[in-house]
Parts: sequence; C-alpha cells; structure tokens
Amino acid sequence: MKKLIVPVLLAVLLGACSSSPDTGAEQTGAPVESRSSDGVKTVTAGDVGGTKLPAILTDPKSILSKRSVYFDYDRFDIKPEFKDLVAAHAKFLVDNRQFKMLIQGHTDERGSREYNLALGQKRADAIKKAMLLLGVREDQIESVSLGEEKPSCIEQSESCWSKNRRGDMLYAGEF
Amino acid sequence: MNRHFRQLAVACAAAFSLAAHAQLSIEVTGAGANRIPVTIADFGGEPGVARALTSVVRGDLERSGMFSLVEQSQSPLTEASTIDFAAARGRGADAVAAGSIGGGGDGRYESRFRLFDVNKQEQIAGAAFVTGVPQLRAAGHRIADVIYEKLTGEPGVFSTRIAYVVKAGPGRYELQIADADGQNAQAALISREPIISPAWSPDGGRLAYVSFENKKPVIYVHSLASGKRVVVANFKGSNSAPAWSPDGRRLAVVLTKDGGSQIFTINADGSGVQRLASSGAIDTEPQFSHDGQHIYFTSDRGGSPQIYRIGVSGGEVQRVTFEGSYNVTPRLSPDGRTMAFISRREGAFRLAVMDLASRQVQVLTNSFKDESPSFAPNGRMVLIATEVGGRGVLSAVSVDGRIRQRLSVAAGDVREPAWGPFQK
Repeated sequence: MKKLIVPVLLAVLLGACSSSPDTGAEQTGAPVESRSSDGVKTVTAGDVGGTKLPAILTDPKSILSKRSVYFDYDRFDIKPEFKDLVAAHAKFLVDNRQFKMLIQGHTDERGSREYNLALGQKRADAIKKAMLLLGVREDQIESVSLGEEKPSCIEQSESCWSKNRRGDMLYAGEF
Repeated sequence: MNRHFRQLAVACAAAFSLAAHAQLSIEVTGAGANRIPVTIADFGGEPGVARALTSVVRGDLERSGMFSLVEQSQSPLTEASTIDFAAARGRGADAVAAGSIGGGGDGRYESRFRLFDVNKQEQIAGAAFVTGVPQLRAAGHRIADVIYEKLTGEPGVFSTRIAYVVKAGPGRYELQIADADGQNAQAALISREPIISPAWSPDGGRLAYVSFENKKPVIYVHSLASGKRVVVANFKGSNSAPAWSPDGRRLAVVLTKDGGSQIFTINADGSGVQRLASSGAIDTEPQFSHDGQHIYFTSDRGGSPQIYRIGVSGGEVQRVTFEGSYNVTPRLSPDGRTMAFISRREGAFRLAVMDLASRQVQVLTNSFKDESPSFAPNGRMVLIATEVGGRGVLSAVSVDGRIRQRLSVAAGDVREPAWGPFQK
C-alpha cells in the first residue's frame, strides 16, 4: 500500500502571507484576506464606521441617552421601571420616521450559547413589540440577539449577570 | 494517572517550525481500562526528522488512551530489521511498529513502516507515505491511524482536524483550524466580533458558522482552502445554529425573520429557504440524524429546554429527553446510536450521552460549565468546551467516560469546538 500526501507549495503560500489592510482610505467592511500555510486562507472581517447622532439622543440629561432595559432571570417582560424609557424611544421614532433602531437582546453566560441566543431574541422582541404598539413602524426597527456573547460585566456573580440580562436600543450609526 | 505532553508538543513544534501561534497543548488524564501494549521503535534515517516522526506517532497513540507504549527490545529496529519476537514478548509488547524515513534530497521524504503481531509473529500492516517537510507530521498521523485501526478494529482520527474559536483578547476572535493533536493551528477567520457555532461540511472543505461582524448573528459558509465566504442567511432578526445535512447540500438553521426562533432548512448557497415546523416556543440547535431522516433540536415548548426530534420534512414531534429541567445541544454519533448533549445537574452544565435505543443516560463529567459537544468521526471521543480556572479550554472525553484529554491555549479562551470529518 502506498499513499501520497500532496505537498502544498508552501513558498507560494508564504509569499502571499502579509497582505495588510490599506490605511487612510475608508474601510467599509470589505474582508481582508491573507494566506497562511497548508491551504487555510485567513479572512479578517471588516468593521463599520460611526456617524453623528442628534444631541437629544446623547445628552446625559435626556432620558433618550439611556439605552438599556434590564430583565429578571428567565424573564422576558419589560419591568414597570423601564416602561417610560421604552415609551420615550418609541415617541422619538414616531416623531422622526427617518431614524432606524437595532435592538440587541442579551443574556447571562449560563447555559448553551445558541439557546441563550434564542433567549436574548425573546428580550429584544419584547421591546420591539412594545414599540410597535406605541406606533413605531415595522421598517424602523429590527430586533436581534447577541445571546451571551457581549456581556457588559464579566464576573460570575448574580449582580454581574443581572447587568447582562438586557436589551440595548441602538440607533443607526451606533452599532 | 497524569501524563504531560507539553514538552513533546513543544519539541515537535520546534522540529517542524511552522508559522503556528497559540498552539493547543494537550494533557491526558485517565486512560482506557485495557490498553494495548505496543512498541513504536525509533524510526531510522536522518536523526532530526526521524525523531520528530517517532514523536508524532507515539504522541498520537499514547494520547488516545488506548495504548501503553513499551520500550523497544532491540536497536536499531526498522522496517528492514528481523524482528526478535521473543525479546519483544519478553518486554510485554503485543505489537511492534518499526520504520524509517528516507529521501530528503529533493525536499520529499518517504516515511515507511511495518506493524507486526508479536504473538502470531507476522506482519499485519505496512505503508509508506511520501511528503514534503511541512507535511511530515501528517505522515506521522497517517502511520498512527494505520496502527490504531489494525490494533483496535476502528478507524483512527489522528489525521482529522478540529475547528474552534479563540477569544484572544477584548475585540479579537479567531476561528482556528488545527490538527486533531492541537498542532498546526491556523486562523480561518479573524474578527472583532464573536464567532460561534462552527459546523464542518461532510466533505471537510467548508465550515458553516455564525459571525456577529455585522452587529447581529449572520450565517456564513466558508471554504477553507480559498477563504471564500458565502452569506447563507442574513434575514431580518437573528440567523444562527447552522447544521449540515449528511449530503452537504442543505443546512438546518434558526431564523427569527417570521417571529420567534424557528427552524428552517436552506441550501448551502442561501437559496431555497423552507420552514420546518411552527411553534410558539423557542426551537433551536437543530442537528440532522446520520441518515438525514430526522432533525433533533432543543425546544422550550414543554416549559423547560429539552431535546426533541422531528422528521426532516416536518410532521410529528417526539420528545427525547425527560430527566432534569435543562437538556440542550443534541449531537449525534456517526453511527447514529448515541446522542451527546449538555444536561444541567445540580446547577452545573455537564456532558451526557444517551443510548438512543434504550434511552439510558450517562453523565460523563463533573464539570461546572460544559458546552458544545462534538463527536470524533470514529465516534469514540466527544470534544467539548469547558471552563477551568475561569478560562475556556477544550476537553475530549471518551464515550465511556474513562479517557480525558484537555486542550488549552496559553494566552486565550478557547470555545466552540467542532471535530471535522475523516479526510477523503
């Protein structure tokens, strides 16, 4: 029995190793690729640039500067203390139809990543539903989940987990 | 019993000095009950490459937990030697592998070996592999695979690859591909945002995964050799949990575009999306059965997350798990007889396996935070992510729970492992 493992043309691959992104020019999310050995090509995912938002959305004195709704463990209903915040953002979106919002749902780290992604979606959906009832248009709003992937607090304690069970309301340009 | 292979791994990495960073190091705890005593003689030939080749073969076989290595009873001992079977038996070896490495003049080496049954006093296997220097490790893995298969009766997985995600720091995630021994790690994707749920195509050439690079979960299929990526699902809402059909044509995915997390099937190029079922509950983590006839999935339709099964064209849903209040992430063994999953026991998340015929469940670990099980293609081990000292590591556990290997990266959190298929 004789088998051949075809050798990869390593020199050729290494020659293409050092492609780095151009600086200066705007990077609009085009992937950056580079080669490493043995036939696996490295892809770098691009990033999205930011834009300016009106002061009313960012002024710390404005309720609209607050973006997070926090949830209890295994719960997906908006607690009374967050109803005003959701209503204020809904009113802003109704008054400013050109604005679009992305709601990102989050969970704490316990359990399966994919199941947590689904739980985070339920939180984002709860906020979205409340806003639709308050007159926001379906095409202004998207609810998605980041599951347990983007915790705002990383200790393993209930006080930390409670900060991670949240929905973040972000305007186009903020995400 | 505790064996450390770090030194070995370092020696091999130095010998072949590939441009690999953040190597996985492997530590074995526990071993099979009846390990086969085998001698892997020092390979003959050019000392540097011969020693490195010997290390790869020995390391593979010893880490598998299925063998105990017996010192060679004659030296030198190569495939050309006359085996002194009495001496080998005197050392307690049931089998002897002897070989050498030749060539090298044109940058190509031939690794030859023969495997002998000591009791029958006859050759039971032999092979030669021609490779360049960068693939010498691959030749070692092939040799170990032949020895493993001859002596255990099931195929070895030393030539397979694993995928996993390393969180290398805040805002740096790498989807890496490494050999099954953790060596030769290469990044397939580098991103500022999380990457989860990598799934190998049945042919081993592509990975489906979920990337958050657009600030929301989007499913990609990534061809490893070319780096070409196809967006398979980027619908409004979240797109996640890709799982390949056994023929590699379709994926089961979870989409929220029509409300709630629901399971759909879709062609690998993103066309032909079809809803599998409708429920008011969370349905996620779909996984095709080995014959492609069923899809196992996690659902909270009964009030707590449990594993269910549905026909690939829909139809009646059957509940599969009943013990406990949190059973998630079904993964089926290649022969379709066993299901690995994560079960919450006493507040901790542990790897469990179910014999699907008898529905008997066995919890295999006493960890705190096991996640993302993935079967080796020969079905003997299950690779999982777990946490040790607050850091993510990978662990391979044999389906009988006896053999454990831990794979960790020195400077990073490792998670989301997926064991690739046999190389064609």
